[in-house]
Amino acid sequence: MDVSYINPFISATIECFKKMIFTDVTPMSPSLKNEPFPTYDISGVIGLSGEAQGSISLSFPQDVAIRVISSMLSAQITEKSPELIDGIGEIANIVAGNAKRGLSKFNLSISLPNVILGRNHVIGGQSGVPTIIVPFNSNLGFFSMEVALKTR
Amino acid sequence: MRVLLVDDSVTMRRIQKTQINSLGITDVIEAGDGEEAYRKLNENMPIDLILLDWNMPVMDGITLLRKVRTENKFQAVKIIMCTSESEKSKVVDALKSGANNYLVKPFTPEALKEKLGI
Repeated sequence: MDVSYINPFISATIECFKKMIFTDVTPMSPSLKNEPFPTYDISGVIGLSGEAQGSISLSFPQDVAIRVISSMLSAQITEKSPELIDGIGEIANIVAGNAKRGLSKFNLSISLPNVILGRNHVIGGQSGVPTIIVPFNSNLGFFSMEVALKTR
Repeated sequence: MRVLLVDDSVTMRRIQKTQINSLGITDVIEAGDGEEAYRKLNENMPIDLILLDWNMPVMDGITLLRKVRTENKFQAVKIIMCTSESEKSKVVDALKSGANNYLVKPFTPEALKEKLGI
């Protein structure tokens, strides 16, 4: 199975965090998710359509999400700040939009972001479409990316 | 200089407004979608510059761009697309539709300054 399509998403995440959140992030070993299992507390999800279909999500523990958006805004926010949900959605949007440059053969369109809240929520994917999970480490904490893309 | 900042993300508007302010531009009007932006454009002329996101609810950025470029009264308004849409085909589409320049998010204040030519 060729899963090289994950690479533009990893590169886009590193670039986005470096430029917008002023933080270096390190991807760890990707793994294949065969069954739905819990992610973190806040996930930004973008739908992908075109010559391939699927989604990308970035999932954060709440404390990490607060640190990420505070760094992005250069101002301390709290769990009640509207920027928390909005900002996580925008990060997912920017990662998806930038990854498209490396995936032009799929002629992808991206949806507006959705943000899912809830401790240990589960993001279900399309049946039969492999989901690749990439954990990231940073000085703001751990988070993860999930990419499910049905290619021909 | 009066700037109309159009982005559905309140977080991005806050970041971009700070970047614009850091360039000494303080007259900034905000809108969260293309429809609101079109209304505010009509209400607040003269506007010198629109910083325009692509993917937004209600009316997206490329639709607003094409609409604005059909009206003579807005021909002098400079429009810079500020979007995560990074493919060459999107850049070409925006420029052919009348955008004066194109910035891919995330961008630095220096990149914005360069595109503004100030």
